[in-house]
Amino acid sequence: MISRRRVLLGGAAAAGTLIVGYALWPSGRIRRADRLAAKTGERFLAYWIKIADDDIVTVVIPHCDMGTGIFTALLQMAAEELGADWDKTRAETAPPDPLFANGALVEGFALGQAGMTRDSVPAFLQGSVFAAGNRLAQFMDIQVTGGSSAVRTTGVYGVRIAAAAAREMLIAAAADRLKAPLKAFHSEGSRVIHKPSGQSFRFGELAAAASRYSPSSHPALKPRSEYTLVGKAIPRIDIPAKVNGATQYGIDVQVPGMQYAAIKISPIVGGKLISVNEASIAGNPGIEKIIKLDDAVIVVADRFWRAQRAAEALKTVFGDAGNAAVSSDSIREQQLKALNQDSIKHEFSLGKGAKALQNQAAIERLYQVPYLAHAAMEPVNATALRKADGTLEVWAGSQDGLGARAFCAKTAGLHLEQVIFHLMPSGGAFGRRLPGLWNFLAYAVQAAMALPGTPVKLIFTREQDLRHDYYRPNVSSRFKATLNADGTPAAWVNEYTTDNGSNAEAHIVYEVPNQAYGAVKVATPVPVGPWRSVEFSWHGFFVESFIDELAHEAKADPLEYRRALLRHKPRHLAALELAATKAGWGAPLAPARARGIAMVECFGTIVVHVAEVEVSDDGALKVHRITSAVDCGLAVNPDGFKAQIEGAIVFGLSAALYGEITLSKGAVEQQNFPNYPVVRLKDCPAIEVHIIESDAPFGGGGEPGTPPVAPAVTNAIFAAAGIRIRELPINKHALKRGA
Amino acid sequence: MQIQLNVNGHPRQVDVEADAPLLWVIRDELNLTGTKFGCGVGACGACTVHVNGKPVRSCVLPVSAVVDTQVTTIEGIGTEALSAVQAAWILHQVPQCGYCQSGVIMAVSALLASNPTPTEEELGAVITNICRCGTYTRMRAAVSSLAANGARK
Repeated sequence: MISRRRVLLGGAAAAGTLIVGYALWPSGRIRRADRLAAKTGERFLAYWIKIADDDIVTVVIPHCDMGTGIFTALLQMAAEELGADWDKTRAETAPPDPLFANGALVEGFALGQAGMTRDSVPAFLQGSVFAAGNRLAQFMDIQVTGGSSAVRTTGVYGVRIAAAAAREMLIAAAADRLKAPLKAFHSEGSRVIHKPSGQSFRFGELAAAASRYSPSSHPALKPRSEYTLVGKAIPRIDIPAKVNGATQYGIDVQVPGMQYAAIKISPIVGGKLISVNEASIAGNPGIEKIIKLDDAVIVVADRFWRAQRAAEALKTVFGDAGNAAVSSDSIREQQLKALNQDSIKHEFSLGKGAKALQNQAAIERLYQVPYLAHAAMEPVNATALRKADGTLEVWAGSQDGLGARAFCAKTAGLHLEQVIFHLMPSGGAFGRRLPGLWNFLAYAVQAAMALPGTPVKLIFTREQDLRHDYYRPNVSSRFKATLNADGTPAAWVNEYTTDNGSNAEAHIVYEVPNQAYGAVKVATPVPVGPWRSVEFSWHGFFVESFIDELAHEAKADPLEYRRALLRHKPRHLAALELAATKAGWGAPLAPARARGIAMVECFGTIVVHVAEVEVSDDGALKVHRITSAVDCGLAVNPDGFKAQIEGAIVFGLSAALYGEITLSKGAVEQQNFPNYPVVRLKDCPAIEVHIIESDAPFGGGGEPGTPPVAPAVTNAIFAAAGIRIRELPINKHALKRGA
Repeated sequence: MQIQLNVNGHPRQVDVEADAPLLWVIRDELNLTGTKFGCGVGACGACTVHVNGKPVRSCVLPVSAVVDTQVTTIEGIGTEALSAVQAAWILHQVPQCGYCQSGVIMAVSALLASNPTPTEEELGAVITNICRCGTYTRMRAAVSSLAANGARK
């Protein structure tokens, strides 16, 4: 995921190309879309937008449903621009076909990278219809759901523009019928209305004629002041099917003749399968086949529990790939050694950079975070069938339907056209189902290829899911700072370990005249991958802990200290102010209670959390309350957005309090929820989320709530008990006061 | 072996080992996939169903243990109209990915049947289901609205 995104953006930048596309198709492509994804009586007007004779508007969404509510939000954006009656709109998952590759996503990232918005793109470039974004998205097989990007890229650069273009086409069709000027028409309630005469037409009456016009690449968008659906807390469309067991996730797929597969993967990272004692499960019922792979063995049986029990009982020998001595401790030692080198290159500096530290006693601190698993509730799984004609059919939840289809084709040695991929809703993902993290797809496809004609459903047990994840990296980060006479930082130097390169996420928003950042790569065999909020999940904790420590050194209030360093950042100041006010910052609390504050801006959204904690005399910690202020520009669906922040807080709190994957002798030690604890109802604090509407562009929703949780809580623990937690998780530390 | 069950009010017969986990019998023999696999060790509650009205974690319950009982799954509640818990779940927009919610709704329904006005502490002590999307504050709000209704009745 990360590397692919880099390649893509790097390529665009290297070529000096400005990517401008409006995700609109020429008519030939629209007719192909009709053949692929339109039912009788409906047709595409523009990319992603279908209108049926019965007025139903369907938005075909190039994302997966993993629980974040984006189908509802994107449908709101489309219905808003179209002037559609909400009750006559539907959302559908886009087919994992190159035709529906997400050009808007690519474009959004590319423009963002160039520091541009759509409005700042020169007019002469706005006409290209078959745009570079689409071409690149197809080339990259991208339909990714990640990076908190659905609204701010697919919505902003794709769906709302396509919907506005479709509205213009409907109006053109109506104008042609009445032989009246275009500007006499508007759309509302799924009708096109001719104001002077009061005559109106249903969308369904106009759709066929409208589809004969070409969509404009730069239709007029509604001004924010006229929004009636965007900004409204409309109930999510996916929720009714999630309260009665009706939603079919990947794990629920039933195919006639299906067999079930359980897997045993090398416990030691990178280990290869040496031998299997098939006789050890000779007496087990229902066994269909034992499939030996490079680093795993799969047992296929007629029932899942039979496959699972056999896989657990099966005697196997795996190699250690030279990793038998790898442990979390050995990795930490490597990291410290790397950080202690004198030669760390600073890839980014401001002012005098690290030179500003010279000959001065610096405040120096080291912070560390552990590996974390995603542990989504639906263990990873996939169902695959190699058919008699040589083609492959796959059912799975994935954060990139088209990419997953291409990956399955590659794994099976087939062409894309020879693979049918059914993108299923995911029971959580949090990054686990992104490109690059697809061991479950690879194993399921290999099992199907070994059993032609038999559909095989491979389910990872929770133990396999937890022990064969791609983990949030284990990171160490060292800071050095000096303070001016007034206590504000004069220099800020940060050196940190990394698995894959330097992180702009480490760079601070605070006004410090001299800054320097250096990354030092520490190679380990442990598979790592994006985890909700990715690099911000660690740098957010590091930066917001260190700034809090500097406030303490300067004998300043942590809120006031931050404010003084944000004088030219009105949105950040407003978010700090609102969170502090709502949390009662400064107001007296019961004994042993205290508040901590933290702020992180990521994915276009600013989040401030104030945590209120209690550290009792015996060292017990209780997080009572998290008060949050969020500036995301405008929340398309404020209640859905709040739900994302609430969920991201709980996700971040699980990690902060207890989250830790450790390795010993080359293998992950944790097995299942009993030794990978997560927050449950009784531990969940009261959460209040306050949204600030600003005129900033739409910000992301899924991830930004996570990074400030851990530092808000550890800063509060310091305020309550004088104990500074510099290494997560918190439960590793005794919280006895004065300890 | 042949095992007689009663699931959602219907007699059902399955041919499985006596120690087959009830969860997989429900999902794969009876094709009732609303009940979910989450951990396989009774730790997360995604597989919660009712046996004679009491919540049980079906992933660690052998099917032979439910002979001569009434088993109810998520598909067996709210069949005519949504149950009060399901309606409250929609009103408070509780689910995100939704995967754990069948189990949560079954656990909460059983709790409210025996204690219509649980305190926040009682709720936290009894509902130990895991939701990785973190919908707990909305579960609390939904239960508290149901408890308020229960108290008025």
